[in-house]
Amino acid sequence: MIRPALPYLLVALLAGLGAYGILARRHAVLVLIGVELLLGAAGLLLVTVAQTGAGGDAGPAVLTLFVITIAAAEVVVALAVLLALYRARGHVDLHAELDDRPRGGEVGDRA
Amino acid sequence: MSGLDVLFCAVALVTAGSALLSVTSRQVLHAALWLVVTLGGLAGCYLVLGAELVALVQLLVYVGAVVVLVLFALMLTRSGGVPVVTTVPQRVAAGLVGAGTTVVLGGALLSAFGWRSVPVDGASNEQVAATIFGTDVWPFELLSVLLLIALVAAVAVARAPVGGQDDPSQRPDTPPEIEAVQGDAS
Repeated sequence: MIRPALPYLLVALLAGLGAYGILARRHAVLVLIGVELLLGAAGLLLVTVAQTGAGGDAGPAVLTLFVITIAAAEVVVALAVLLALYRARGHVDLHAELDDRPRGGEVGDRA
Repeated sequence: MSGLDVLFCAVALVTAGSALLSVTSRQVLHAALWLVVTLGGLAGCYLVLGAELVALVQLLVYVGAVVVLVLFALMLTRSGGVPVVTTVPQRVAAGLVGAGTTVVLGGALLSAFGWRSVPVDGASNEQVAATIFGTDVWPFELLSVLLLIALVAAVAVARAPVGGQDDPSQRPDTPPEIEAVQGDAS
């Protein structure tokens, strides 16, 4: 016997912390960490429903596995974009000025 | 409170505490390492809830692969002195949004499911395997294609020319003839 309210409270807490992490950080990797927390909250919600409310249906557990896999693919593409951003601008500060492109300007001058 | 409740409370405290530290830590590396503890704690939560297969996949994929990717990205984009957190008003607003998310989501879930105890009756691993390789076999195969596309797209994006201009000197590995031309010019 377990109280599903406890996992649901943890889901709400993780989702709130993930939203705070996305909004309050300006380093791109740290924003990505907030996204990971939100995805973890979604996974915990799915697992809790699968184990306490689905009546033995395997669908939610399979859906959780799919979510974990798609999240891994998403992280790979996001980190590649981040590396391209770092090579183009020399930093990964998401709150910097958009026209601040020192290395891009050099490329334009040489071309 | 049953034994499972007490066990879940302990694991949930570790998870929530490390999640809080990972979104408030000023050191980027420390935040990434606290994320390891958070994702491991989530795997522990899955174990307490009785979903062993999902817990092991979470450990393999997240703690094993995703965190290593994040640490590699941190190493490759090392730039000292970049401010990590935003201004105080934006952090206060973000805290309000996060707290509002917690209150709304927690209130909705608690009002929907209540505070009562229910037995743990999840699907067995045999049922999960039968669903993956039976009913959901085509989504499962599509997922492998998705992972392949993500891999190729990541390589293409990470090696793309800077600023949309095809400058060979900006490529990660400069071809030898380009180096020879540059050597002649200098």
